[in-house]
Amino acid sequence: MMQHNHSCGTAAHFSRRTLVQAAGLAGATWLTPLSQALAQQADTKSKPQAKSVIVLWLQGGPSQFETFDPKPGTKIGGDTVAIKTSVPGIELAQGFEPLAELMDDVSIVRSVVSKEGDHERATYNVKTGFRPDPTLVHPALGAVVCHQLPDDLEIPRHVSIYPNNWPARGGYLGDQFDAFKINDPSGRIPDVRTGVKDDRLKRRLDDLVNVVESEFSRGRVKDIDSKTLHKTSILNARRMMSSEQLDAFDINKAPESLLAKYGDTRFGRGCLAAVQLIEVGVRCVEVTLNGWDTHANNHELQRGQVDILAPAFAALVADLKERDLLDQTVVLCGGEFGRTPRINPLGGRDHWPHGFSVAMAGGGIRGGQIVGETDTDIDFDDRENRTKHVADPKNVEDVHATVLHTLGVNFQQELNTPVGRPMIVSKGTPIKQLLG
Amino acid sequence: MGTRDYAFISLCLAAMLALGTGLLRQDRIAEPESFRPAQYQDDDFTSVVAKVNNEFRQHWSDNQIEFAPRADDLTIARRLSLGLVGTIPSLEEIRELQKHDPLYRQQWWLSHLFEDRRYSDYMGERLARAYVGTENGPFLVYRRRKFVMWLSERLNSNARYDSIVRDLIADKGLWTDTPAVNFVTVTIDQNNDRKGPNPIRLAARTTRAFLGMRIDCLQCHDDRLGNVALGTLDDPRDGLQADFHQLAAFFSEAKSSLLGVRDQAGEEYNYRYLEAETEELIPPAVPFSPELLPEDGNRRQRLAKWVTHRDNKPFARAAVNRIWALMFGRPLVDPVDDIPLNEDFPPGLETLADDFVEHDFNIQRLIRVIAETEVFQIDSRAPFEITNKHESSFAAFPLSRLRPEQVAGSVIQASSLKTIDADVHIVFQLQRYNEQNEFIQRYGDPGDDEFVEPGGTISQRLLMMNGDLVSRRSRANMISAANRIAQLTDDDKHAVEVVYLTVFSRKPSEKEQEHFVARLQEEKSMQFRTRTVEDMIWILLNSTEFSWNH
Repeated sequence: MMQHNHSCGTAAHFSRRTLVQAAGLAGATWLTPLSQALAQQADTKSKPQAKSVIVLWLQGGPSQFETFDPKPGTKIGGDTVAIKTSVPGIELAQGFEPLAELMDDVSIVRSVVSKEGDHERATYNVKTGFRPDPTLVHPALGAVVCHQLPDDLEIPRHVSIYPNNWPARGGYLGDQFDAFKINDPSGRIPDVRTGVKDDRLKRRLDDLVNVVESEFSRGRVKDIDSKTLHKTSILNARRMMSSEQLDAFDINKAPESLLAKYGDTRFGRGCLAAVQLIEVGVRCVEVTLNGWDTHANNHELQRGQVDILAPAFAALVADLKERDLLDQTVVLCGGEFGRTPRINPLGGRDHWPHGFSVAMAGGGIRGGQIVGETDTDIDFDDRENRTKHVADPKNVEDVHATVLHTLGVNFQQELNTPVGRPMIVSKGTPIKQLLG
Repeated sequence: MGTRDYAFISLCLAAMLALGTGLLRQDRIAEPESFRPAQYQDDDFTSVVAKVNNEFRQHWSDNQIEFAPRADDLTIARRLSLGLVGTIPSLEEIRELQKHDPLYRQQWWLSHLFEDRRYSDYMGERLARAYVGTENGPFLVYRRRKFVMWLSERLNSNARYDSIVRDLIADKGLWTDTPAVNFVTVTIDQNNDRKGPNPIRLAARTTRAFLGMRIDCLQCHDDRLGNVALGTLDDPRDGLQADFHQLAAFFSEAKSSLLGVRDQAGEEYNYRYLEAETEELIPPAVPFSPELLPEDGNRRQRLAKWVTHRDNKPFARAAVNRIWALMFGRPLVDPVDDIPLNEDFPPGLETLADDFVEHDFNIQRLIRVIAETEVFQIDSRAPFEITNKHESSFAAFPLSRLRPEQVAGSVIQASSLKTIDADVHIVFQLQRYNEQNEFIQRYGDPGDDEFVEPGGTISQRLLMMNGDLVSRRSRANMISAANRIAQLTDDDKHAVEVVYLTVFSRKPSEKEQEHFVARLQEEKSMQFRTRTVEDMIWILLNSTEFSWNH
């Protein structure tokens, strides 16, 4: 009845950070949101290379010390050994040997900081680039990409393999941008095979559309399908059920030697399916590897996870390159936060959002780069100032902005949300060091 | 034929007879104790309904909006059932409903629903989303399930709404023994610098959930866009950053320890305002109507009394708008938690809010009044062309997509002729619980976004067309509706009617009746008949009519 546009928009609504920046420029030009937006637009005019995204989602919070930011021989580093990579000066934790050889294509941001230390909230934060907001559900990165880069595919353009409780969502963009969820791609794809014969299904659908739907629309709101999208979604579902593109979900036809490179693990199979899906035109695939929440026995458990992740990650990068897809596919690998520098009495590490790592590759991202640095000597009890140990800190939204930039998405634009509140696509700044 | 054969045949006949009782015998549903027909004829009740009706009629007339006729009783009963217990009525319930005097039919139905434990459980969950969201929250110190159970108990006893809210804001104790405190503990961030309950999140949640106001913008800066109007009608003013933080200061004394939530007197709230050089001590103060703030009590108790004060109209308006939204699938003022403080309100809102206060914040009465209004009983179809304007003015009942748990609950109910409520065998309840969770996981839960209106998606359609729940529930087996209807209905016309009543809560139109009777008559075998009934149930479950409230 009453619709209020009580916008708390973003470009029209100064953030504290912007104002602090502006205050720092006392006497200089006032950095208006408009000039920021124009600068951003100019910055995104270079031709984008990337077309799609693969997110290797490490649920639970991988330890940066046992993965992409080892600190051997230090108080906080534990027993983890570092290995050299193909890029002089860059070291990874032991176990990443397969990826180490491809370091020219991979970069690490070691200085990601956030304010969310709870799994659910931090997952939301890293997947959407925004902190949880009870008034609005933000879309995940893949949903934004699908929304901004429309195309006509017979299968879903946004896929989540091994979704847990918090798969990538469409948020305010709508459920139609939710990731399509599948489990092990060596098994059947859920819900695409009908349990009845074709002629029976056809008869059911004919009766549904011609009798039941037409009766319901009689006398009701004008152009009802534009509101409910019901008939449209039935037609699209039907199209998907008979599409040859469905084969991209199936990894059973892939050569065994290829699968072996990924490591014949659930996660490895998911990564192979992700590449096949990208090859047929899917925009974003999220592959989840659970099990990184190591509050006890951290080193052994993280190493077990690394043994699954490393071959799959490396094979995925190599396979994309082999198929000539790496340049057009951004690969993002990380979790919701990192783990504490201090090792607890159970030999575990706890949650640590104050400086953790994500790895990126492909899609025009410059390889062989290390962004930021975390200190080896951290005063763990200095609660007020934890990020002071991080050099060149990057916010979660900066990682999003970097990915969106490579895809040519104008991330400074504001989208209108269903509640009438304009919302910026990403409030981050692309990480220049990673841009080609 | 031996004795054992006769025994087997007798057993089969007895089983058939038992199965048939759902259809052939009119099941007895207990007469609800709270049903008082005289109350709904009382002037105290009818006058407020009439006043709301007049306000809407006046609004439609002033704006030259045609309005739809009244919907039929079963459609209205379906709306109430979906809104209050999250599922469609069973055939058993429909049969019982039809026996009652049309004059009191909806009020009888409401009494029946209120006394069904599903009402308080479902409403508890829906309201919990506004109070604590859907997140799992901090480990150990937050128990969402306990919280929802507590809320359900309070709703079950029809506790005063103001007392529920006072407990939420000001209660103390352990999250397990005093579950209301989970409203406070959900804001604890165990992994960040601040260990205690977060006054900022509590202030934002309090204003949105209980006052229907979004003043979150003021957390960071003064209102520069005229979005947050405070002050009075005669003397309006823009919101200030101080308004938000002075409100947050009421939560500064809330502390959490192993002994639970308590208030530690003297704990102050400090904050550095935008462009200020240093942090400053922020005294607690309310953003409007300061005269309603009591002097006595600790900070949270004072705030709780102020929020729920009889003269604090935003409190009653927010409750009315949310209950309205739960019943209609769309709030009166949209978004549901963004009601202006001092503006013209839509028809119905002030009258319902006043009645809510006058009747001691009685939620069940509020629901009864809304259910009795013309606007709730209006049809979603009309002899004129319905546009979005008609729907947004409630001149035609707005179509709203069912939530995932409503779809799952309705699929499960549609597969049975008997009511699947809290009284069914534990095995069936467990089955229902598991099926529903699995379905919601795949269908997608919109989380805190309660009243958005996106259309259906391909994934959801695939799940309905080919997923386990619909396939299993539309299939004929010993106890399913499909089997019982195919086996036990007198004739084809009756079979089609029972399918429609069971799945759509209405009788088929002439065209539908004719079409599906012809389908049933294509072959004369029980196997074909059963398969056709299965098909009909599948078709109806996959329709817009089933997936939308109308």
